[in-house]
Amino acid sequence: MKNQPDWQPTAARAALKCRAQQSAFVRGFFSQRDVLEVETPVLGRCGVTDPNLDGIFAQVSAQGVEGGWLQTSPEYHMKRLLAASVGSIYQISKVFRNGERGRRHNPEFSMLEWYRIGFDDEALMAEVADLVCSWLNCPRPKTISYRQAMLDWAGIDPFIIPDEDLRQRCQQWLEPEQLEDLSRDGCLDLLMSFAVEPNLGTETPVFINQYPASQASLARTSNVDGFDVAHRFELYIDGLELCNGYWELTNACEQRARFEADNCLRADAGKPETGIDGAFLAAIEHGLPDCAGVALGLDRLLMLKMGTRNIADVLTFPLERA
Amino acid sequence: MASYSTNEFRSGLKVLLDGDPCIMLENEFVKPGKGQAFNRVKLRNLMNNRQWERTFKSGESLEAADVVEQDMEYLYTDGEFWHFMLTDGSFEQYPADAKAVSDALKWLKEQDVYTVTLYNGAPLTVTPPNFVELEVVETDPGMKGDTAQGGSKPATLSTGAVVSVPLFITIGEVLKVDTRSGDYVNRVKSS
Repeated sequence: MKNQPDWQPTAARAALKCRAQQSAFVRGFFSQRDVLEVETPVLGRCGVTDPNLDGIFAQVSAQGVEGGWLQTSPEYHMKRLLAASVGSIYQISKVFRNGERGRRHNPEFSMLEWYRIGFDDEALMAEVADLVCSWLNCPRPKTISYRQAMLDWAGIDPFIIPDEDLRQRCQQWLEPEQLEDLSRDGCLDLLMSFAVEPNLGTETPVFINQYPASQASLARTSNVDGFDVAHRFELYIDGLELCNGYWELTNACEQRARFEADNCLRADAGKPETGIDGAFLAAIEHGLPDCAGVALGLDRLLMLKMGTRNIADVLTFPLERA
Repeated sequence: MASYSTNEFRSGLKVLLDGDPCIMLENEFVKPGKGQAFNRVKLRNLMNNRQWERTFKSGESLEAADVVEQDMEYLYTDGEFWHFMLTDGSFEQYPADAKAVSDALKWLKEQDVYTVTLYNGAPLTVTPPNFVELEVVETDPGMKGDTAQGGSKPATLSTGAVVSVPLFITIGEVLKVDTRSGDYVNRVKSS
């Protein structure tokens, strides 16, 4: 019978030590490359419009400011620093995503995010490989396009498959009535999660790039082989999604249009509209230098280093015990 | 009736799925960083004990099933129903039908306490404790001296259950039996 709350940490001391070593390694890596470590607010005044990310509202009240959001990523604040001409920067920070808890998720987790002035997605992928492979002692990743990964593992061409056929393919996991209100990208996410992801990086790490433009988020897009693709990449090791990077969108009009489209998607999904971050857009309007940026999950990197499949093994106190 | 949304899913939750009460065994949260979240859920259908694996989109919900487990003492059978009584001092009685007691039938002993799963207030299943102690009412004569050699024979217990026992067991002895496997565990000092 459990009458007392679990007070003990879920991580062993070895995991704590490994995390400390990992942080030191990361700081050493960027110090050598002259990338500046920065800190930005974990508690911000605005949330994100991303239809698949839910921030956590915080009832802050001070100096006339009422209410804020625990940040889902330091992206907006870091881009404001970039717009202020601080040069290439990195940050190790806690970020928050409501509702996300499982063997690979905790609503509060550690993120390594960095931006490189003058880099494109290819150059940044090479740097991600330098960091990850020297820390994990693993072979350098190969790169597979999103389209090829879907063709290989899900048996569909994500750019041309008709909606009806895509839904049909998803019936391996969802009932027809559950699919009625699932968007095209939602269907693709389902296939990515259940058919593709488990096969990614099982032998050598794999970068997935050239995502459909509809999944560009804050990446710039271009036309490759007749398809609009995003300059966005993710790294997978052992079926685990480790990072997400962009050759950053610098066009303020386009950025505002995407935020507004996001809010339409949120409304369709019955989620509350999120106020668009005016300070962020103002910074982009002022001018974001050409850059590429990436966010990497440090808890997952530690899971790979420690050889565990459960995030609780590398967290001191996951949500239920926090 | 209350319902649970995907954020509330966890093992042990009792929900209605396709009209049947189910217990959630596992809930795995799956989500690409920038994509749609899903819950991959393993459930056991309490009506037929079959396991289901189903996927839910983040934000979907399932109706809660009115399923509770309670300790009850077995009283008697009238041939059609098996009557159980709450052990909480309320003396409230519940009749369980043949389907509900089917798994426990051969271990049912009057005055012993069983776990009765109620669905909408009626017994759905009766689960015996992991170990029961029952008297041998029929078996071949015991053979002394054969104790360590193994070898077994069938023995019929007071409830009608037949278990495989060592050769030295005799009629009238009380045995401890594992109800999950139906295996003989040991002799209990007879009273």
